[in-house]
Amino acid sequence: MSESAPSTEDTRRLAQEARARVRFEEEALELSDQVYRVARRLVGTREEAEDLVQQTYERAFRAWRQFTPGTNLRAWLLRILTNLNIDRGRRQQRTPQTTSIDEAADYFLYNSLEAATPEDNPDEERVLEKLSQDSIVEALADVPHDFRDTVVLVDIGEFSYADAAQILDIPIGTVMSRLHRGRRILKKNLADRAVPA
Amino acid sequence: MSDPCDKCEEMMQPYLDGTLSDVEVEEAKIHLERCRWCAKRYRFEERLRHYVRVELSEAMSPELKARLVALKTPL
Repeated sequence: MSESAPSTEDTRRLAQEARARVRFEEEALELSDQVYRVARRLVGTREEAEDLVQQTYERAFRAWRQFTPGTNLRAWLLRILTNLNIDRGRRQQRTPQTTSIDEAADYFLYNSLEAATPEDNPDEERVLEKLSQDSIVEALADVPHDFRDTVVLVDIGEFSYADAAQILDIPIGTVMSRLHRGRRILKKNLADRAVPA
Repeated sequence: MSDPCDKCEEMMQPYLDGTLSDVEVEEAKIHLERCRWCAKRYRFEERLRHYVRVELSEAMSPELKARLVALKTPL
């Protein structure tokens, strides 16, 4: 810290800006667990997620003046992160999308899991046990990324439709339809991976 | 769509997201009170959403956390 008293307008302004910057960085870092949790499911591996989160914070700290105080910082960070992810994705997208895009009606997963449960009329907890953690990870990873991004932001990141729309730069109606279809694709994928009877 | 259970299935996601109109919510509630078959599938969907969120939550490594903290502007 400088030893001279803030005698001029300039020093006062600089000190004020330094404080704002420290506050911004601290607030952003407090959100890092939540940012990572979403990042981890947007990409395939832990290493990619870690790179993405680190790049996001590097960029956010450089661009901190562009953040409007009082608005949703977590959404702002995720906007940076998904843009970085899309930049990577566009390069990768040259390889054709091989994932099937089957979806089923909303009761389909329950119906097929219940059919694979030995007892008659099981309760929903017993039915849920047919899904392993690994199967959930794989089932989500196999959802085509446009749908997956929306499901991850809303169902894992717990963002509102409006925030998800802003983060992904798509209309709210598109968020809703992708979420709806994405969940159905996820459930179809889960049904395919259920623990056998 | 004439079958009330088919209609209830279509309403499940917006119902649980809280995006139905009051009239539609009332309609769904009336059906769910009478229809244990649909009510069970709604309860399962709620449990599933929670389960997916919990099972897919992975904590960040302390190494990454330290790297992020190191990005802070030195005072």
